Amino acid sequence: MIVLEKRPQPSKAWSYATPLVAVLATMVFGGILFAILGKNPIQAIGTIFWEPLFGEFAFYYRPQLLVKGAPLVLIAIGLSLGFRAGIWNIGAEGQYIMGAIFGAAAGLAFYPLDAFYVFPIMVIAGAFGGWLWAAIPAFLKVRFGTNEILVSLMLVYVAEQMLASVSLGLLKNPEGFGFPGSRNLQSYESAHNAELIVGSGMHWGVVSALIAVIFAYVLLNRHMLGFHIRLTGEAPRAAKFAGVNPARLILFCLGMSGALAGLAGMFEVSGPSGQVSIDFNVGYGFTAIIVAFLGRLHPVGILLAGGLMALTYIGGEIAQSQLGLPAAAIQVFQGMLLFFLLAFDLLTNYRIRAARKEVA
Amino acid sequence: MTTPLLSLQGLTKAYPGVVANDQVSFDIGEGEVHALLGENGAGKSTLVKMIYGLVKPDSGTMLLRGQRFAPPEPRAARADGIAMVFQHFSLFDALNVAENIALGMENPPAMGDLAARIREVSETYGLPLDPYRTVGDLSAGERQRVEIIRCLLQDPKLLIMDEPTSVLTPQEVDILFETLNKLRSEGTSILYISHKLEEIRTLCDHATILRLGKNVGECAPAETSARDMAEMMVGSTLQTPERSGREFGEVALDVSGLSVPSPSEFGTALKNVHMTVRKGEVLGIGGVAGNGQDELLGVLSGEITTAPDAIKFNGQPIGKLGPTARRKLGVLTAPEERLGHAAAPDMSLTENALLTGSVREGLENNGFLKWAETKSFAEKIISAFDVRTPGPENAARSLSGGNLQKFVIGREVLQNPDILVVNQPTWGVDAAAAASIRQAILDLAAKGTAVICISQDLDELMEISDSFAALNEGRLSAPRTTTGLTVDEIGLMMGGAHGMEVAHV
Repeated sequence: MIVLEKRPQPSKAWSYATPLVAVLATMVFGGILFAILGKNPIQAIGTIFWEPLFGEFAFYYRPQLLVKGAPLVLIAIGLSLGFRAGIWNIGAEGQYIMGAIFGAAAGLAFYPLDAFYVFPIMVIAGAFGGWLWAAIPAFLKVRFGTNEILVSLMLVYVAEQMLASVSLGLLKNPEGFGFPGSRNLQSYESAHNAELIVGSGMHWGVVSALIAVIFAYVLLNRHMLGFHIRLTGEAPRAAKFAGVNPARLILFCLGMSGALAGLAGMFEVSGPSGQVSIDFNVGYGFTAIIVAFLGRLHPVGILLAGGLMALTYIGGEIAQSQLGLPAAAIQVFQGMLLFFLLAFDLLTNYRIRAARKEVA
Repeated sequence: MTTPLLSLQGLTKAYPGVVANDQVSFDIGEGEVHALLGENGAGKSTLVKMIYGLVKPDSGTMLLRGQRFAPPEPRAARADGIAMVFQHFSLFDALNVAENIALGMENPPAMGDLAARIREVSETYGLPLDPYRTVGDLSAGERQRVEIIRCLLQDPKLLIMDEPTSVLTPQEVDILFETLNKLRSEGTSILYISHKLEEIRTLCDHATILRLGKNVGECAPAETSARDMAEMMVGSTLQTPERSGREFGEVALDVSGLSVPSPSEFGTALKNVHMTVRKGEVLGIGGVAGNGQDELLGVLSGEITTAPDAIKFNGQPIGKLGPTARRKLGVLTAPEERLGHAAAPDMSLTENALLTGSVREGLENNGFLKWAETKSFAEKIISAFDVRTPGPENAARSLSGGNLQKFVIGREVLQNPDILVVNQPTWGVDAAAAASIRQAILDLAAKGTAVICISQDLDELMEISDSFAALNEGRLSAPRTTTGLTVDEIGLMMGGAHGMEVAHV
């Protein structure tokens, strides 16, 4: 019989090794899945992990990795702060949308003014929009004790309706022949979140994501607030004893994750996407939850996880088009990754031991 | 010679890294009250779990009336007439007494019949209990009666009791002992686990002493002095903390008219609490668990805030201040629950040192943490309080209870508090560590700190406190000088026997 035995303290080695083991296990079992579907497993795995980075068309795919990865990392960093403290913001998708609407609206309000300050104002407006949307569940939780999971999730749907509404009304392009959607910000120089180096995929969102990673790392490891966040998540009663003000922490964590999600939305709408449209959001806010956990809620981990997630997205698309793998198989593959990560996570706190049968 | 009721022969049980029981053998005779003595971690619990079928021995045999006895699970042990009252009750607060008892039965009878049976048994044994009262409203002593009656309904041959008096007032202890004596006279054997020596001397016929999993001796308690038994338990001569005669200074802490509701549903509200503590004085607060101790600590630590004037520190109102502001002033506290309240289990000792030490030890600079200083503060606690751990980077949960307690107390003591409030400072701590913690508290008082020690261990309070008060249902009795207090007086301050006055066996 196999028993799990709690380790006296978490294993450092395993906490670093589990993501790698999980990726390897996903490759093995994903390969089996692809083989059952009648595809060459080695070729399929190679296409997903190799092609985007080093394949023939890597010059096109590599920038795409940054474009896909940046919003995921930016949002996941914000979410991880709250998750560390046991504050569950599930509505980053809505905050992402509101950030895009506020950011785009601020830019379009200046149209066609050409000034250096237009873009910075859009950045602030985008962060504010996301913050505002997250402040609703935060305020309701602090004041009335509502569940932030439900409120933030429901607000995603409200934000989607707002998005449709402004695409069809307030922000609709006056020169768009009646089609829904705003003016294209890519063609408005002062508001365009352009690539900093042409062809690199590196835009301001990527830079912000990197800054957010460093900021979160310093906050969590070097600052009292970060210590209080971790303490609240690990032992809420001890946090209260240490003098943590739970209300302030909720407002900070939800507000911060909202602002970062809003920034991600703003950089997306003014850059890769270009315009506010009904189908602007593609689920970054939800995928970021997976990224946050895949990266063990650790800033550097999230950076790596965001890259890995972007890789499976782009690699998956290539596999779909080149090998004819069904989209569902790619989703199963991504699901496996999360599953194995959580499963192997057990080894950080427990060790597996063969044991004689014992009546417990 | 008659066959003993239960005979243990060479019982051994090892857990990874520790041998909990090593070749333990002894007999329990019919109608005998047998004491099992030992410090925390001596292997008492593992031994009784083997008898009760919760744990299976690695080797060794048990004979019940000469028959081989190896219960695979507690149900089998119960079927053979073995019942156990655990130290920690397994009762549902929201259900009533009869419902709680029915939950533990294989085939519970109809509620009305069961209630009648409960009344009958409770009257026979002098344990008055209303079957229809909600358990959440009962005192600790009454809850214990629920557990005892649950056992008695099975008509046991052997009743195992794990530290039964730790939750009782002295008067309640007397009544429990009468019940146990009555059971003995009816032929029931009792295995009585405790580390309170005087109790064992009055109650038990025979005692087995465990140390580090081994049977290190047997004795007849009535003929052996408490000191001899204690030294067999710890294996060395005991040192009692010394206190030097000292003068008290001005009033450091003044609590007046303090009333607060409890934050938890089945907690106890504090009602009109008054007390003053002078510099250099140790105020001991006794009382049965659950009478407002946690709430009192919360109010003093700042986790529960009150009207500003209800608590004054050197004349300054502090009732409205939170924990950080109070620490800055010099009011430090150490809660009872080590893991999860006083310390975060999965965080390192360094991080746990930061938990309360940041303000007074200057471990932060505009919010930025000074890890090097924090680590040396943790190391200072570890060396000054002899905390056994490989180093400050280890998680709090990897420490044994006693070692973590030394760390938690040491963390506050080393910050030179003006007022120190401790709740159950030596709970679950071995005798040597307990003595060093008490000594540290006394040393601190000698330097002029006002100390409040909340404890359920009356011997401890008698040993270290200058004045004594008791909490009873959220009310604090007027503090009295400890010298000259008798056990009877203390018992009455603690509320006498909760609802037990009617009991006459």
